[in-house]
Amino acid sequence: MLRLENIKWSLEDGRRILNDISLEIPEGKLVVVTGPNGGGKTTLAKVVAGLVKPDGGRIIFDGEDITELDITERAKKGISYAFQQPVRFKGLTVRDLLELAAGGSVRESDVCSLLGKVGLCTHDYIDREVNASLSGGEIKRIEIATVLARNTKLSLFDEPEAGIDLWSFSGLVDVFKEMKEKINGTLMIISHQERILEIADEIVVVADGAVRTRGAAEDVLPQLLAGEITRNCGRRC
Amino acid sequence: MNSVTEELLKIISDYDGEGFKGAYNIREDGQCAGRMSSENIKIESKQDAPGLVITIKPHTVGERVFIPACVTHSGVDDLVYNDFYVGEGADVTIVAGCGVHNTGEEEARHNGIHRFFIEEGASVVYEEKHIGTGESSGPRKIDPVTDVTLADNAKLTMDTVQLGGVDFTSRVTRGVLGKNARLIIRERLMTDGTEQAKTDFEVVLKGEDSGVDLMSRSVAKGNSYQEYRSVIKGENRCTGHSECDAILVGNGKVSAAPELVASHCDAALIHEAAIGKIAGEQILKLRTLGLTEEEAEQKIISGFLK
Repeated sequence: MLRLENIKWSLEDGRRILNDISLEIPEGKLVVVTGPNGGGKTTLAKVVAGLVKPDGGRIIFDGEDITELDITERAKKGISYAFQQPVRFKGLTVRDLLELAAGGSVRESDVCSLLGKVGLCTHDYIDREVNASLSGGEIKRIEIATVLARNTKLSLFDEPEAGIDLWSFSGLVDVFKEMKEKINGTLMIISHQERILEIADEIVVVADGAVRTRGAAEDVLPQLLAGEITRNCGRRC
Repeated sequence: MNSVTEELLKIISDYDGEGFKGAYNIREDGQCAGRMSSENIKIESKQDAPGLVITIKPHTVGERVFIPACVTHSGVDDLVYNDFYVGEGADVTIVAGCGVHNTGEEEARHNGIHRFFIEEGASVVYEEKHIGTGESSGPRKIDPVTDVTLADNAKLTMDTVQLGGVDFTSRVTRGVLGKNARLIIRERLMTDGTEQAKTDFEVVLKGEDSGVDLMSRSVAKGNSYQEYRSVIKGENRCTGHSECDAILVGNGKVSAAPELVASHCDAALIHEAAIGKIAGEQILKLRTLGLTEEEAEQKIISGFLK
């Protein structure tokens, strides 16, 4: 459903961030991209959504080469992207954003269902401005709700756990589980969280701008956890 | 009432073609084009100057009064003094607003000086919309002055909007607040082309525990120019907050000069100001929802000025 072929991207100073990445995201699967900070994961997601234009390579979505399409065109083709650091708007309300995401007016019951999934009470939030008065956790949940409202073929989530408290985090994991079970399109989630890695169909480890490992979650996750233990205490338990 | 006035009234007040639901006075090119008082709200001509005296009986609750003014052609320079006396314990809405239509070469101007005397415990919502219409080289000017005196425990919520088409506006708002009085002002302004808008607020927090919350949002497009000045003076234990946000589009220019003067150690005064173009990230976010760059910009501006 999504195929990245030899994607390259460098900073203006010449430093290579994505180094010839090729990757296939199968339809209807939940793929978690993980790896060390600064390894190129967010850039990879931005390349898919069109926020970053690669220096080389091709992006094939649903059999179509979308490399030259801009952000809007890709969004219309069915790609959604939840920002790692959501944007704030003075004046636009939660309802406004959800309606823009859904492409038209949204029924109160649908708003309830969307906000409920991300752990927010509709009554308290529907008419609130998406501005600086919202906490980091609140705005993150609204960001995720905008992607849920779009209900597209491919949804990208960039570190959805960042800024969300532990209590709400399990609710978020349930949202992804539900999306996965209903085969609500294809999910690509960038995450470091073990609980999100656990629900993945596939795990891709990106480091130093390249795919280091990829495979079924049941194969890759134990390797990752073993590696984590080795790094933390220097000996295997 | 001519057809231009009728069209302007639909924009600036809640006029639906069948009249107003409440007491009203319609001013058209300096003349009275219709007036009606209600049992609790009396509208009379001012004796010493052009304008009105509006008297609202104490404890009048839930009523609305409409005082729109329209200038419908070139060469009119309309000056009006309207005084509002709001009795204690009243809770009412006053809808003012001004439309200036100019299709000629000469200037068309409306200068409305509104004074509010709000008695103890009364609460007023004051809505004011301004617009300029008509294609011509003759300038459209609106210069409102709003002077508010709030007695103890009184409250005024002022919602003021300039929708566009006004070549020059000088907007002056002054307030003096008694004990525990509240003044809330929301201003929204949009200028385009070569339009100029000047806004000037001065609020004196005289009474103990009085408070003002002043929020101004504006968009300066084209080659337009805006000036924002505000002074909040805290002379007692009080709270004052002002927030001025401006978005620049094209070659728009904005000058903002907020001032806070605290002359009491328990005066808590805050000012926030931000001027800049639309944040690139905001456009990107809306584009990821399927909007084009132009649609995103339009949505951000309309939300900002909502």
